[in-house]
Amino acid sequence: MPTDPVIEVAGVTKTFAGVRALDDVDFTLNRGEIHALVGENGAGKSTLIKVLTGIHTPDAGRITRKGHISTIYQEVNLVPLMSVAANLFLGREPRNRLGLIDRARRSADAAELLTGYGITADVSSPLGTLAVGEQQMVALARAVEADADVVIMDEPTSSLEPREVETLLEVVRKLHEAGIAIIYVSHRMDELYRICDTVTVLRDGRSVHSGPLKELPRIELVSLMLGRSVNEIQKHGTTAFGEDHYAGREPVLEATGLTSKPRINAVNVAIRPGEVVGLAGLLGSGRTETAKAIIGALPLDDGTVLVAGKPVPHNVKAATKAGISMLAEDRKTEGIIPNLSVRENIVLAALPRLSRFGVISRARQDRIVDTFITRLRIKVSSPEQKVAELSGGNQQKVLLARWLCTEPKILLLDEPTRGIDVGAKAEVQALIDELAREGLAVLLISSELDELLDGADRLIVLRDGAVAGELEGAQLTREHVLGAIAAEVMDDADSN
Amino acid sequence: MTLTATRTRWLQDNGVYVAVVALLLFNALFTANFLTLGNFTTQLVQAAPVLIVALGMALVIGTEGVDLSVGAVMALAAAIIPLYLGAGPLVAITMALVVGLAAGAFNGFLVAEVGIQPIVATLALLVGGRGLALVIAEGQLVQLHDPAFLALGTGDVLGIPISVLIAVLLAVVVAGLTNRTTFGRQLVAIGGNRKAATLAGLPVNRVLVGVYAICGVLAAVAGVLATSRLAASDPADMGLLMELSAITAVVVGGTPLTGGKVRVLGTVMGVVLMQLVRATLIKHNLPDSIAQMIQAAIIIAAVYVARERR
Repeated sequence: MPTDPVIEVAGVTKTFAGVRALDDVDFTLNRGEIHALVGENGAGKSTLIKVLTGIHTPDAGRITRKGHISTIYQEVNLVPLMSVAANLFLGREPRNRLGLIDRARRSADAAELLTGYGITADVSSPLGTLAVGEQQMVALARAVEADADVVIMDEPTSSLEPREVETLLEVVRKLHEAGIAIIYVSHRMDELYRICDTVTVLRDGRSVHSGPLKELPRIELVSLMLGRSVNEIQKHGTTAFGEDHYAGREPVLEATGLTSKPRINAVNVAIRPGEVVGLAGLLGSGRTETAKAIIGALPLDDGTVLVAGKPVPHNVKAATKAGISMLAEDRKTEGIIPNLSVRENIVLAALPRLSRFGVISRARQDRIVDTFITRLRIKVSSPEQKVAELSGGNQQKVLLARWLCTEPKILLLDEPTRGIDVGAKAEVQALIDELAREGLAVLLISSELDELLDGADRLIVLRDGAVAGELEGAQLTREHVLGAIAAEVMDDADSN
Repeated sequence: MTLTATRTRWLQDNGVYVAVVALLLFNALFTANFLTLGNFTTQLVQAAPVLIVALGMALVIGTEGVDLSVGAVMALAAAIIPLYLGAGPLVAITMALVVGLAAGAFNGFLVAEVGIQPIVATLALLVGGRGLALVIAEGQLVQLHDPAFLALGTGDVLGIPISVLIAVLLAVVVAGLTNRTTFGRQLVAIGGNRKAATLAGLPVNRVLVGVYAICGVLAAVAGVLATSRLAASDPADMGLLMELSAITAVVVGGTPLTGGKVRVLGTVMGVVLMQLVRATLIKHNLPDSIAQMIQAAIIIAAVYVARERR
């Protein structure tokens, strides 16, 4: 391939509050190439994009740009209440002789342009009335129409229907033919391998691999992203999970056919009392959505949830009452109530059970709070301390306590150890183990393979919103999990 | 925590009390006839309806909402009274409170079930409610003569005006509701982080409807008391701009507009402070227009002090 770089990045480093988001990163984008940029959450993709587009100034390193860059973000950054045509030409409207906006020409131009992108909607209708996929296409058309030489697409297909994905990929191919260079960020392996020429893998702020994509087997790509060598089988013992505590009883939770398009499709999950079931998969594979579907926080197209054989109505209140609790992934926005004290955060979900005729019994409340602070070893100056003042690990324990005092049968844990320090992490892991041994059914979602392999009795692997495999016993190895994530093992078997 | 941070924090929590004490001291020293029982009674009677409305407003603001319709609900209550006074004051008052409850529940329904932003949802009743009140009253001011009903506004128990007693009693009830009941704690949690409250399985919609309904009832109580004191039903003027006085008192009292916290005693003090400011200026022969500007300054000061919360 002829090298004609439109963007060249050399040795770029960017630090936020002492954390290295980018560490000596090199990156080259050649004219007319479709370049995949991949990596797990926090790998530095967004930071790199922001450095490329000039939003962030790097602390060190050199960036050379030739030409105009347009970025299309995951969420459409246009004005939903303005018409499609107005959005398309925002800031560069065609003018008539009086210098006023030439509305007729704007509409005609917009309609003509958008047909090329498979959009037949009325260009005078507000953008917000279009489907998300169509809006994305308008954003794309706008970016290209602005004479961009480089288009950066950040997870463009994450909220699209399969049909819309096809149209989008078609458009990307057309841009490619027109000589526009594209940086394509996505977690969807199929898409990447279909359209991308080259790939750069980021991990922990470093560029760990850069080269042609077609020559790189999927399983290699996945292991590069997750930082595990394919051959590296031996365990490090980095986690604090104890022995397996599988109990051969009937499942207490049976979720079947959970479908919420386009995020998850016909996912089945069954957990027995005392069992820890892990949900593995890349970011965006539908792990969080599966948990939210079980607890009734995600609107479902189809699927049923049974607790101890009885169907549970699809809403959070009913699910909580039936004994399902969920520790949300995002502690700050979906977990803690920052203004309230540790005590109030702990008893929140159990309030009705701690009160008589709606009046809270302070004595019972204090007793239960003291019990959990001791048992979970939550470090607080007093139960009245504001929860926002605690460390991440202690906040996580507070949330765990909130759910435990509702005496749940099923605990859904979404990334329970993310963003907490090593010591607290081991404690939380040991706690999960202990709870399962006491008979709780646990669904464990984690991006850390070690945590899943050590902590779970059984693993359900998700890929693109569907179950890609279930692993148990001797299959609980990195190779099997990576294989299922990358869909490589089965593909290999087919082609051999 | 540094010394300045501690001091700012202390001021955030206690600024309103400091201001009230300072104004009381100032008046005791420089205002003639201030330290008389008669003057205190007048001040408290004037403040009572505002306080009752502000209590409901504090609850609504605690859920990260606002209720602009309280003045209109007072007018509705005022319009209802003469219709039923013939059947006795108890019936008339009950009907007024029921209308307040219905109006509040309607607001709550729009906010919780339909999902309209509180400021817009309650704006509808702010405009429509007073219109309805005027239709009910046929645009007329009606003089009231029922002695039992009028006693509510003018009577006293052991020298304390009945309306003041009711206001204090309601403040105690609302404080208990906020701090000691499931409902109160759920209300604060919803205001603090609605997403988390939903995921915790709290009855979010039920609590929201309840909060707006309580606010409506309290506004109706204030309307009844003010009507009784006026000895006339005057839906055109009753409760005019009351929503602003109530919001002011709540904010000055240290309840953040961002929700997640309700300060009942602070709200009481906020009402007292605003009343004292007006009284002080009037007694020193300054026009009402100046009083309004000083109130504006106090609001900005209160919000400025609270600004560093996060």
